[in-house]
Amino acid sequence: MTFLGINLFGLFGQLLVGLINGSFYALLSLGLAIIFGLLKIINFAQGAMYMLGAFFAWMALSYFGMNYWVALVVVPLVVGFIGILMERFLVRPIAHEDHLYSLLLTFGVALMLQGIFTHVYGSSGLAYAIPEELKGGTRLPFMYLPNYRAWIIVASLVVCGLTWWLVEKTKLGAYLRAGTENPQLMQAFGINVPLIVTLTFGFGVALAGFAGVMAAPVYSVSPEMGSNLLIVVFAIVVIGGMGSIGGAILTGLAMGVIEGLTKYLYPEASTTVIFLVMVIVLLLKPSGLFGKEA
Amino acid sequence: MSTHREKLRLADVHAFYGESHILHGIDLHLSQGELVTLLGRNGAGRSTTLRAIMNMVGRRTGSITVNGTETIDMPAHRIAHLGLGFCPEERGIFSSLNVLENLMLPPTVRSDGMSVEELFEMFPNLYERRFSQGTRLSGGEQQMLALARILRTGANILLLDEITEGLAPVIVQKLGDVLIALKERGLTILLVEQNFRFAAPIADRHYVMEHGHVVEEVQAHELAEKESLLNTYLGV
Repeated sequence: MTFLGINLFGLFGQLLVGLINGSFYALLSLGLAIIFGLLKIINFAQGAMYMLGAFFAWMALSYFGMNYWVALVVVPLVVGFIGILMERFLVRPIAHEDHLYSLLLTFGVALMLQGIFTHVYGSSGLAYAIPEELKGGTRLPFMYLPNYRAWIIVASLVVCGLTWWLVEKTKLGAYLRAGTENPQLMQAFGINVPLIVTLTFGFGVALAGFAGVMAAPVYSVSPEMGSNLLIVVFAIVVIGGMGSIGGAILTGLAMGVIEGLTKYLYPEASTTVIFLVMVIVLLLKPSGLFGKEA
Repeated sequence: MSTHREKLRLADVHAFYGESHILHGIDLHLSQGELVTLLGRNGAGRSTTLRAIMNMVGRRTGSITVNGTETIDMPAHRIAHLGLGFCPEERGIFSSLNVLENLMLPPTVRSDGMSVEELFEMFPNLYERRFSQGTRLSGGEQQMLALARILRTGANILLLDEITEGLAPVIVQKLGDVLIALKERGLTILLVEQNFRFAAPIADRHYVMEHGHVVEEVQAHELAEKESLLNTYLGV
């Protein structure tokens, strides 16, 4: 089907792929933004945690017969718990040092995890079947919409929306925002800031684990899936502005769509367009589209 | 409750920021219902004394008892729960929170705190601006918010750092009235104050600090006879 010389099937197809990618960008950059906001550290292991999420879903199914829906709840909890251990025993002991140390530390953790999984499972990638309930698709006038892809978009929007609400509208979120500004005064008010930091790190990491489970049926489950994605996600965090929750979500989705559009209009540029946007944003508004001026 | 019950005692308190030794053996005490000021020049260690009580300094030694409980080895986040409310010099209003969120932020530390309704009655401006961003308030309103915030928690020992600094006389007058009202409610207040004319008529006692030491203790009734001594210390 064409309209004004535009291949609508092709255009909407790419827009859909863009929205899917954008959903993952949003989930991952949201986790990064939450962790950066409170801890002021850039968690380079976020991609590895996403990879862990996908692998744990695959392992849970293959070894324990745990279905997708149970994994969607259990795996993020497990990954979040790993994040809690990581914060408590690796990040916290060096928290008073320059943030470069924790950046290197999380980068090292990411490389180790990636190395272990490559060693055990190889780098070719494993397949994870789409759950029975979400097989098939819907034929729309201008495109074919696979059910699982629609589910990805809806589920990630819901999770992102809930996270935004939690941070911006609840008492717990007020602790988080205030802790971002002045952790020492929060302590003087009698709030256990170290505990909040640990839980926040766990939550941010759990979001990556959730994205990993969601990704398992659409992307191949491979040790490199996280590191490939993470560079793009960092660019998105820079575009959106460090530490802005809503900014991370909107930018993630928007960049996915822009990438999809570029794939349709000028495929050669599709892998670089996000970095181009990043350069332009950095030149015009260095604090990011939604970031507060320093 | 006896009016002479001791609420706060510092004995030989030393405080350090990194390598800097700021407090050199502070001794002071407050009984219930007392309003006591820390006087002294800038850099004498008055704010550091308050921050040492809250465990907000790099390191502290000696003994600090709050409501009878030794706190020197206590983690910072547990100290407020002994009934302390701290109002920092920079007021510490959070810009990412609105006025109401700022007000509701500190956890309740005792059961008989002032209700939000009472506080809005005491500070009507805060009610009108309850959905504004905290730092969009005027300086005086921010100070009232910083004060209201700790009154809601039920803290019965207040540590107030330079609450009149940079405020218009009419607001300073209002804060003075509020402090007198709090004292009548039986609250114990340790006030760091530059504005001696604000502090003198409402305080029961004064500690004068210099170079990280308490160099003089002055009772309210001794103010007249010790005026020249105070002038020397405070350089007024």
